[in-house]
Order: sequence, then structure tokens, then C-alpha cells
Amino acid sequence: MTATQKGMFVDTSICTGCKACQVACKEWNQLPMEDQEAVHLGNAFLADSYDNTGHLSATNWRHVKFMEQFSDDRRTQSRWLMMSDSCKHCVDAGCLEVCPTGALFRTDFGAVDIHNDVCIGCRYCVGACPFGVISFNDKFDGTTGGPHMVKGTVNKCVLCSDRVANGLGTACAKACPTSSITFGNLDDLKRLAASRIQALHARGQTDAYVYGWDLKAEGYDRPSDGAQDLKVVGGLNVFYLLLDKPGVYGLPAHDPGLPQKNILPNAGGALLMAGVLGIAGVASFRKRRMDAAAPAAVE
Amino acid sequence: MDLQHSDFIVFMGSNMAECHPVGFKWPMKAKAKGATLVHVDPRFTRTSAMCDLYVPIRSGTDIAFLGGLANYILSNDKYFKDYVVNFTNAPTLINAGFKDTEDNDGFFSGWDAAKKTYDRATWQYQRNAPPPAPAPTGTAEQHEGQEPAPKPVAGQSVKGVNWGTEIAKLLPTFPKEDRTLQDPQTVFQILKRHYARYTPEMVEKICGTPKDLFLKVADIITSNSGPDKTGAFVYAVGWTQHTYGVQLIRTAGIVQLLLGNIGRPGGGIMALRGHASIQGSTDIASLYNLHPGYLNTPSANTTHDTLKNYILTETQPTSFWSNTPAYVISQLKAWFGANATVDNDYGYDWLPKITADHSHLPVFVEMMDGKIKGMILTGQNPATSINAGFTRKAMRNLDWLIVRDFYETESAAFWKAPDVDDSSAIKTEVILMPAAHVAEKDGTMTQTQRTLQWHDKAADPPGDSRGDLWFWWHLGLRLKERYASSTATRDLGIKNMTLDYDPEPADVANWRIKDEPAAKKVLWEINGFNYAKDWKDRTLLSTFTLLKDDGTTAAGAWIYTGVTPDKNTNRAAMTSGKNDGWVSPNWGWAWPANRHQLYNRASADPAGNPWSDRKKYTYWDATAKTWKNVAGDSIDFTATKAPDTKPNPTGIGVAFQSGSDPFILKTDGKGWLFAPVGLSDGPLPTHYEPWESPVNNALYKQDRNPVTKVWDVAGNKYNTFAGTDFPIVISTYRLTEHHLSGVMTRWLPWLAELMPELFIEMSPELATEKGIKNGDWVKVSTSRSAATARALVTRRLRPFNLGGKTVHQVGMPFHWGYMGIAVGDVTNNTSALVADPNVSIHEGKAFTCNIEKATGPSDFLQRARKVPV
Repeated sequence: MTATQKGMFVDTSICTGCKACQVACKEWNQLPMEDQEAVHLGNAFLADSYDNTGHLSATNWRHVKFMEQFSDDRRTQSRWLMMSDSCKHCVDAGCLEVCPTGALFRTDFGAVDIHNDVCIGCRYCVGACPFGVISFNDKFDGTTGGPHMVKGTVNKCVLCSDRVANGLGTACAKACPTSSITFGNLDDLKRLAASRIQALHARGQTDAYVYGWDLKAEGYDRPSDGAQDLKVVGGLNVFYLLLDKPGVYGLPAHDPGLPQKNILPNAGGALLMAGVLGIAGVASFRKRRMDAAAPAAVE
Repeated sequence: MDLQHSDFIVFMGSNMAECHPVGFKWPMKAKAKGATLVHVDPRFTRTSAMCDLYVPIRSGTDIAFLGGLANYILSNDKYFKDYVVNFTNAPTLINAGFKDTEDNDGFFSGWDAAKKTYDRATWQYQRNAPPPAPAPTGTAEQHEGQEPAPKPVAGQSVKGVNWGTEIAKLLPTFPKEDRTLQDPQTVFQILKRHYARYTPEMVEKICGTPKDLFLKVADIITSNSGPDKTGAFVYAVGWTQHTYGVQLIRTAGIVQLLLGNIGRPGGGIMALRGHASIQGSTDIASLYNLHPGYLNTPSANTTHDTLKNYILTETQPTSFWSNTPAYVISQLKAWFGANATVDNDYGYDWLPKITADHSHLPVFVEMMDGKIKGMILTGQNPATSINAGFTRKAMRNLDWLIVRDFYETESAAFWKAPDVDDSSAIKTEVILMPAAHVAEKDGTMTQTQRTLQWHDKAADPPGDSRGDLWFWWHLGLRLKERYASSTATRDLGIKNMTLDYDPEPADVANWRIKDEPAAKKVLWEINGFNYAKDWKDRTLLSTFTLLKDDGTTAAGAWIYTGVTPDKNTNRAAMTSGKNDGWVSPNWGWAWPANRHQLYNRASADPAGNPWSDRKKYTYWDATAKTWKNVAGDSIDFTATKAPDTKPNPTGIGVAFQSGSDPFILKTDGKGWLFAPVGLSDGPLPTHYEPWESPVNNALYKQDRNPVTKVWDVAGNKYNTFAGTDFPIVISTYRLTEHHLSGVMTRWLPWLAELMPELFIEMSPELATEKGIKNGDWVKVSTSRSAATARALVTRRLRPFNLGGKTVHQVGMPFHWGYMGIAVGDVTNNTSALVADPNVSIHEGKAFTCNIEKATGPSDFLQRARKVPV
């Protein structure tokens, strides 16, 4: 890693769930609405707290999750957690590892970007992502969905590579009113994260920890007690400050490691199923991976 | 922005994180620096999620809660004594005939049951006897009260009038005081008695707030106030939209004055105004009863018959408002230019006078009666506003309707709303004119901190779209052309008004649209200039103290004077001072006089020294004999008036006040715990139930504000008070994802998908009682109408236990309508026309309803969905 490695630190303790990041992402990248007809006809309401986009997808590169935590009496527990999620631009990126064509590539700034014109739509990456981020687009083309959409290829957050190459931060970080999302040099972000952990622990919020890096192991000063940091897949260039177990946020509770370990024995089966069942096969494959993460998530 | 310096912030009547998300960064900064954040609200919202403490409260009971805080402060001696004694009217003696609601079963003295109004005579200050000779002229009432009441004399001209002499005749004597605060007629003792019954137990019974949580709030605000600490209350329409909204905010004013939190850094009461220029549209002045700069609109119902009488009625002789003559005459000069002369009273008689309450709600009642023939809507969508079914029906009586907006709004399409059976029967001619977006025009916005921000035009608007300024300017020019040959007196205003905003050729050289008026000239005119006929000879004014009452200056609104101190300087466009110190005084420009913290003389003690080093702000430099400010903020006081300056009994304006009277816009220079004038429903805030409530008033037999504005008309039936048919409290509100009626958001794909559908939030307890599951369709009904919405069952809402009686509360956002991408039932089909007596705001924050499980969307909504986007 060099000093020019860029990333984002997402401090969920000050996320107000305003979704400005989601809108800024779609605006800058000119991403389409996922399903206009569903919205107009009343089929888009999820009845899931304040979340109505539901997941990251080829058109939703950011997604704010809402977790309501209230006991019956609202006194024992009374908390509404929010988290703005996106591609983590993993150091050991599964999608990158399995891409057969080089459509997925590492930028100079450490992000994982996509050449959609090189993508053949094999969707290996979809199964290889431990976070369910990268997604297949079979609906939009450039005319209906904007410049990033090539029908039959995959899409995800590209860390605003065009902005970053021109010295700007990411659109989401720029729009965030409370600086919950901060863009910058990775080492600066880790220092910021350590100072936030210190401040929160000093206020008594000892359940705050970093997901993506082990700050202490990285040599940063953070309290030893309370919740411990968690490093996954060699580190996340987009990493988080969380207030509860990873599973609460839909994140793997243990380091999923490089995907080859998991994916190689399954790859043949997955390809066969994809051949037979098309998208449904991949979807179920992906669901298996998510299910595998789930038990750990609720521990 | 000053909120970053608060030690506590109580959000109450505001959902700041959701509704003012950008400004919310300042409270978050305060929190990072150690401030304690509290949210008091019926719902646990995204603001609550960011706060240290969430405190539930039943909608509409905030006066009981805040009155409880006042009682806690007073009965536990937690008030800031030096501040209260010196800077508020706590020591002032009130008329011996004053009777409180506590002794009068919910009424103050002076109630006229037949007229349903108060006579305020007994609410007045006791005053010293006038000196034996020479006796000042003026009536006995002026000595007793503070409202000068000059008798109208027809035919008076302002020619030759010496305003100083005239105003001196109106001077009262000084109010009587007892600085030991012991006299039973002091405001302090009256206040103490008034709130004595607002105990933590009573707060729990009325508000449903658990006693221990209430006491936690009381502890947080009192332990974070005083010489060394300050805190702020933050409110928005959750406080205003009640039939006692003004009194509600006044209660917070009382709490903050008792704690010494007004006029000091990190203190105050933050009124969050609407987006993006609601503050600006109050300043320059979209309300029917205000002219720009908070000058009252001339009224046919008071002594406003001539300019002289208007000025003498409106001028307060003993406050900064003593300068009113200069503001009024300069304004007339700005409007009528060379046509305004001393010989024609500067054209005052050409102005229309109001005859009654012409605010939003009564206008639609009159429209229903067929009294209003035409309407121009700019940035308004009343078809989904309060009692929306009534409103849409009223609009059918219009001959013509002009809508200027971005899309075909619900109002533009009212004639084909889903509940219109035969649109051919509606004869209204609707003209929809496309409006320009903010980036397509020059202009200013005045945001919630009173800061003006200039925006440059970045692109021509597409097609026939035009800015509002273009529309009103060209309309004015065409009206002048049309009436040029008229000899009717009523047309003189149009004939004589100046509209000299022609663009300079260079300003429009690069644009397709060449006849866009020069917004900077409009701002210059508002700012003010030394009067000359042509712009080339006009020099701009740098401050409102330069305004004259002799027709030699012109200014559209005195409060904005100084924003453009010369033609080459536009302080609203300045951003150089971003993050420079405490209040960033060089970033934009805050009216008046770039004053960020109002009444900031109160940040120093009576002797002019800072209350503490930590809260040092404005202070008296005894060596330099001048007031100074540590943050570069402008001093809200006469700059060289020493703290020990004695009040002058024959002095006009602030000269009547002492060097330790910080509240220079009040007639006695004091912060008003008790308001002898200005309010129609009482000098002290007292708890009343909302107009529609499931419970009776726990304090008095008088359940509701007796002065409430009600409209007992067909289509506006009220739910039975404390009845059983509509037992659930409902509040309507906004979400981050949408703006107001949704015209700027429901048509935008990226926002429409974030909140696609109208929903109703309810507790699992209520949902279980009603057999409703999360995501089900729910029918919400009132005596007006009904709406269907999807259920969002959440523990963020909770039932309230009011002394053993369970009351449920639900909440519905009001963003949806029958046009656009994201469509939904109209929440406001259920709300009622009923209003606060002082400012005519509706009561959308607290009324009653019933809910039941529905099988699907209403017919209304199903029809709306069939209209393709």
C-alpha cells in the first residue's frame, strides 16, 4: 500500500440516515431509478423502517440501512441505528480475484473499478463478493440508464474514480451533512477513526469499534477495552465505525477470507446451475453465501 | 451555526436531523465537543437517534412541559438571578386588576365572552406618576398601558411634521419595579404562582412524559446554564402549528430568559425556518399583514387613515422602533420614487388597506363563498394543504387560476383530481406557467440564521420557463401600460409605482433571455440609496441609521440596509469568511447589520463585563469607551452607550432605556417574561388542549384556547372534543426524502424511490388493538374525510399513559398527492381549518382521528395511479 491509497471512513454513530449519499451517488453517476413503475403503482413500499431501496444493486451503489432496536418498554433498549453501505473496495477483493477478463481492475488509488466494455457478464464476481455488493444489470442500457449502464454487465460503486482522478472526493462524502462519510487518504482516515473511537469510548459508548481494520494492530492509538476492531479480507478501503455486532448491519461477523477458498469447490456447480437456470441459479448461489454468513451475524 | 457553542440543545417541535439535515451539522459539532442533546417529541425520529436523550410527549402539550420546566426552575431557585433581575421584566409590577388563569378557571382578566376577545387593560405595567409639571401630553391609557392610541384626525399631512416632537408627546413614565422580586404584583411572583401547578406529576398526567425523564431534562438544562454555560432550544413547525403556537414558543422564551440563555453565545431559541427562503419571504414580505421589514400593512380597522396616523400608531416611542418614520417614508420612496413627495404623503393613500384576516385559511373559506375570483400561485400547492378536500372544492369557484411551478401540480390539476366526477362542470380557466429553477436565475435566499446568500444564474431556463422575478416584473409593466390612461383613484398605486429594474445590456449579453430584470437592482432598492431619479446618480446606503424621514432616502426594507453598501459590493455573495471564528461574520450577510447573535449586549453583565471567560462575547471596553465583540459580530446596542447610562425620562427610543437594557426592540429594553401587549390570547402562556383532543384539560374547566380562530362552515366539521369516535391523536410532518407537498421531490426519480408511498406510523400496541400488521393498508378518518396509507408499525411510537387513561398517537407525513411519479392519498384531506389567534397558523401538528384496517388503497388513490407519469 502506498500513501496515495484513498478510501472512505463511514462513522455510523453520526449517520442521520438522510440518504443524501444515495442521491448524490445517483446524481453524479447518473444512475437510474430502479423501478419507476413499481413506485407509481404502489409496489415499492418495503415497510422496513425507513428503507425502501432494500439492497445494493447495479443501480443502487449506495444503500442506507435502518435497524430499529427497541425493547417492549422502550427503556431497556431504545436505539435506531443507520448505516450507509457501499462497495468496501477490499484489499483482498474477491470480485477482482475471480474476474476472468480483467473487467474488474484496481485503480491507482486502490479502488476496484469496472470496464463495462470488457465485462462478459459471467457473474463470477457476484458470487465472489462476501458482502453482496456487485450486481448484474440486465435491464438498463446507456439510453435508459445513463453512461454506466451496459446491459448484461455488472455494476457497483467505483469510488467515483472520475472525481478522484481529478482531485475531488467522492460524491457521497461531499454530500454528507454530518461528515459521517469521510473521503481521504487511508492512513488519515484510520487516524480519524481512532480518534472517534477514543472520543466515543470516553463518552461511555464502549460498543464503538472499527469494522475493516484492526487499528491497534495497525499502530493507531485506541482504547483496549470495550468492543474490539475487526479486520476482514486484508482490510477494507471503505471501512466503518459500528455500534453493534457486524451481523446487525448485515455484515459477515468473521473474516470471510479470499473467495478462492470458498468458491473453487463450488464454481463448477454454480456454472452448471447458471447454465441450466440462468439468473435464478446465481441468485440462489448468492443466497447460500448470504445464509452462510447469517448465523454468525446473529450471534 | 452558533449552536456549535451550546452546552445543551433541546430539540422540541423540531425534527432537525430530518427536516434541516444540512444545518444539523452544527448540533453534531456541539455534541462532539461535549454538549448534551435532548429530543422531546411524540415520535422517536432520526433526530432522536442522534440525541443523548429521547423524551416522549403527547402532541400539543408542550406548554405543560415547558411550564413544568419554568416551575422547576422557579421553585428550586435555579434561575440566573443577576440576569433575571436586570435584563427581564421580572421585577416589573403589573396592574392590580390582573387576574390569572389559575384564579379564573382558564381565563385571564379582561375576557369578553360575547366578542370572544380580551381587553388588555389589566395586563399592563404599573407606572410611576407623571411629574407634576410640565405634564407630558398623552392620554391616561398611555400611562397605564404601552400602546399609544392617537386619536385619528382626518386630513392630517406629514408636511412640516417634526417626528421627534410628535413622538415625545407619546412618552410614558417609567414602569414600577421591585428588584427584590417580593411584591406579589411583580411579574416574577405572578409567574411563580402561574406555573406552581405544573409539577412533574402534572407534566406526566398531561404530556404522558414519564416523570423521571422530565426531571432528567430539567436537570440537563439547569446544570448547563448560568454564567459559565449556555444552551439552546431548537424548534420548527412542531411548535408553531397549534391553536396556541405563539404562546408555546413564548413558554420557551420564559424558560430561556429565566436561565439567562438569550443574547449569549450558544444560547437562544433557534427558529428553524423553511427551505430555502421562508425567512426571506417573511422579511420581504409574503404575509398579508406585513410590509417588508416587519412594518404592519395599513389596516382599515385601526388608526391608519393617514400617513401621520399610521406612523404615530406604529411607532414605539421608547424602543429602537422609534425610528419607524424613517423606515416607512424610505419604503414609500422606494416604491413610488419621484412620484412620492411630502405633498402627497409619499403616496401612502395609494396603498390598499387590509380589512380583515386575509391569511391562507380564511382566503379559502371566502373562495368557497365565491368571493374570490382569481388566484396566482407561485410555489404553493394548496390542493394538498389543510382540509385539502375543502380547498379543492373552493378552487372550483375561481374564474381563473395561474400556477407557476415546475410540473403540473395537484393545484394546477385540481379540476381533474380523482374525486372530481365531472370536470367539464368546472369552469375555472387554469394557466400553468413553467417556472425557472434556482440555478437558472440570479437572486438571494435568506436562510434560517437570517443570512442572505446570493446565487448567480448558471444557465438559461429551458423553453418558456422564466423566473418569478421575470413574471412579476413583466406583469407590473403590463399593468402600468394597461392603466396608463385610467383616472380612477384606486389605480394610482399601479400608475405611480417604480419598476426600474431594466437589465444592463452586459448582464444579459451571454443569455438567450434578454428581458430578465436585474435582480441586483431589486436588491439595491431593498438595501436603500440616497434618492435620485436615475440609478447612475444613486449611491447605496451602508446602514439603516442613515435612513431619513424626509424623502431623501429610499429603502425597500430597512432590515436589509447594508447588504449592498455600495454598487460594487454584494455582501450576500461573499463566502471568503467560511469558518472564520465563532459566527463566520464574513460569510454571507445576516440582517440586521450583519448581526448574528441578536440582543448580544446580554452576553455581558449589567456593568458590561463578560458573564464568564468561557462565554465572553460582547463586552464594554472601559478604556476605549465602546462595546466590543470577540467574534467580530456586530454589537446589538448603541456602540458607545456606557453600561451605567441612566434612562432618560424625556429621551426618545433607546435613550429612554438604560445602559443595561439589552432588549432594545422592546419598549422597556427588557426580556418579556410577561407580555402586556402583542398577544390576543394572554400575557402568559397557559396549557390548553388542542382544538381536537381525546382528553379534557387537566388544569381548568376551560379546555381550549378561547380565542382560537374557528370556521364553522360546511365541509369543515370538527371532531367532537374529548369524544369517543376519534380517540387517536394524529400529527402530520415531513421526511428528509421529500419536500412539503412533494412538487420538488415526488417528480424526481431519485427521491421518489426513497419514499415511494404514504404511510402511517403507529405503535405495535395500537396495531394489535386494531388488528393491523406492518405493511397493511390503513384507513385514517376524521369528520372531514379519510385517506388510506400503508402501516409502518414501529416501537418508535408508543401509547401515552395520561393518569391511567391510555391515549394512542399516530403520525403521517403529508408529502403525497395525485400527480407525479410517487402518488399517494392526500393526508390533509383529514385535517381541519382551525387556527392560532395571533398568526392564523393551522393545527396540523395535533388533531384527532380514527384508524381501521383497509383492504387496499382508496378509490381516490386507485384513480390517481391510473394517470400515467
